[in-house]
Amino acid sequence: MKLACQLLPYEEIFSIAFSLAVTLYLKLFGLFEEEWGFMDWIQQLVNGISLGSIYALIALGYTMVYGIIKLINFAHGEVFMIGAFVGFYAIAGWGLGFFPALIIAMAVCAGMGMLIERVAYRRLRGSTRIAALITAIGISLFIQYLFIYFRGAQPEAYPEVISNQTYNILGAQISSQSLMILGTSIVLMIVLQFIVHKTKIGKAMRAVSHDMDAARLMGINVNTTISATFAIGSSLAGAAGVFFGVYYTKIEPLMGVIPGLKAFVAAVLGGIGIIPGAMVGGLVLGVVETVVSGLGYSLWRDAAAFVILILILLFKPSGIFGKNAREKV
Amino acid sequence: MLKVDGIDVYYGNIHALKGVSLEVLEGEIVTLIGANGAGKSTLLKTLSGLLKPKQGVIQYENQSIVGKQAQTIVKAGISHVPEGRRVFSNMTVEENLELGAFVRKDKEVQKDIQKVYELFPRLFERKGQLSGTLSGGEQQMLAMGRAIMARPKLLLLDEPSMGLAPIMVKTIFSIIEEINETNGTTILLVEQNAHMALSIAKRGYVLETGKVVLTGSAKDLQESDEIRMAYLGG
Ligand SMILES: Nc1ncnc2c1ncn2[C@@H]1O[C@H](COP(=O)(O)OP(=O)(O)OP(=O)(O)O)[C@@H](O)[C@H]1O
Ligand SMILES: [Mg+2]
Repeated sequence: MKLACQLLPYEEIFSIAFSLAVTLYLKLFGLFEEEWGFMDWIQQLVNGISLGSIYALIALGYTMVYGIIKLINFAHGEVFMIGAFVGFYAIAGWGLGFFPALIIAMAVCAGMGMLIERVAYRRLRGSTRIAALITAIGISLFIQYLFIYFRGAQPEAYPEVISNQTYNILGAQISSQSLMILGTSIVLMIVLQFIVHKTKIGKAMRAVSHDMDAARLMGINVNTTISATFAIGSSLAGAAGVFFGVYYTKIEPLMGVIPGLKAFVAAVLGGIGIIPGAMVGGLVLGVVETVVSGLGYSLWRDAAAFVILILILLFKPSGIFGKNAREKV
Repeated sequence: MLKVDGIDVYYGNIHALKGVSLEVLEGEIVTLIGANGAGKSTLLKTLSGLLKPKQGVIQYENQSIVGKQAQTIVKAGISHVPEGRRVFSNMTVEENLELGAFVRKDKEVQKDIQKVYELFPRLFERKGQLSGTLSGGEQQMLAMGRAIMARPKLLLLDEPSMGLAPIMVKTIFSIIEEINETNGTTILLVEQNAHMALSIAKRGYVLETGKVVLTGSAKDLQESDEIRMAYLGG
């Protein structure tokens, strides 16, 4: 905390936060009466939640990997990007529907996550954190430019796999895509909770992330467990990639960078290493962004995530769900 | 059952075990005593596969286990209750016990959990509680219960009395004897509390700065002058 205060430009942060707060306040209580009705808020909320569920899915991978090997896997945004492209090829190339494409993208990303862990991170397990972090950044850039080298940097337009209808629910305009993304994300998160709490591999994951040596003494194969964690986290990022393509319709090889960073913010916001934290952090971030841009501040949209990051690092570095006190050892 | 012959273990440049040899026979309680930093925990970690010896032989049931993965060793029947208990504090008592049976595939896990509860009624009362909120003595019970869930033939215990009040130490030690007698589990017990350890053990080894300096029957060790001076308070 001390260190953070010395390194960060305090005054600037506060002036940004302050001006953001003031404009939001003016917007909310001065102007919004005539511009935004109750239903507009509901609509923005639904949009925000479906965007947020994309962030949440990516954030889950960050948080699970961090929980188990204390590494911020910066290549995670690239797994998300690959997921979007695999989904694209499955839909546009092979003519598959939304769900088959989703499953293929998730499977490919699961394999990719395991490969990254096996090739790049496993041998660094005993080394310093900074070495692993630099490697992660290296892997991230490597995947981006390898992909561009073989495929080119041109963007791609995502085909419309979910017919774009707008439902009028009690006056709120909600798109079928938002609903589909939201529904599928919720299912995936429920499945994840089930895996983590009820299955053997999930229990092994929790045990390894809590105490690796004690887990070994239970006869848990730590390497297999870490591989499984990467596979699960990466498959969720793959799903998020497909959702992103469907939602924003444009994908390109560097698309993983910004959503990756924002999902990282979401993971920190919820408390890094804590699974429900990543879900809540993602949703909060999605809603904040949608509201900020809905109020006419679309230029502030990307900044909102980083203002949140700075505020959380200053005031509660352990995140919403994080405990400040150390666990009894 | 277990035969260790001349093992050397290093942490980087630190030479923690220097040619240590010892033997544990089936059904025995053998204790290993020594001061802080003597290398007791290092020896147990080497036996359970967390550390690899640079040299030497470890034979368990007439097979070498040097270089085997920890999970292979657990499956072969060696369970290790580590120093400081190391329970999974974010999980409940019952979840900890289930994890103890991680390598088992049979259908009797639930039955064995009930047996652990019979051995430690306190754990039964707290089965839904997060183990991080248990007292030190209860955590020790849980760590032991968790280890016997793997149905070990050889149980390695690292300082089970650490930080416990005398009455709890007595309880724990009588349970160690009970595990040894009723299940026929062989026990290698690391202790600082030499008095208690020698009172339940058949034989003992004394470790000093990585070397075995003394060995003998528990009775002989209790009477030896060196032990009295160094570990039993005169
Ligand atoms: N992870 C480690 N890295 C470096 N050195 C270590 C490590 N663990 C133990 N050592 C060193 O190895 C030696 C033996 O340590 P060990 O933990 O085996 O002692 P011990 O007999 O169990 O002591 P205690 O009774 O205090 O638990 C000590 O000198 C210790 O400093
Ligand atoms: Mg020790």
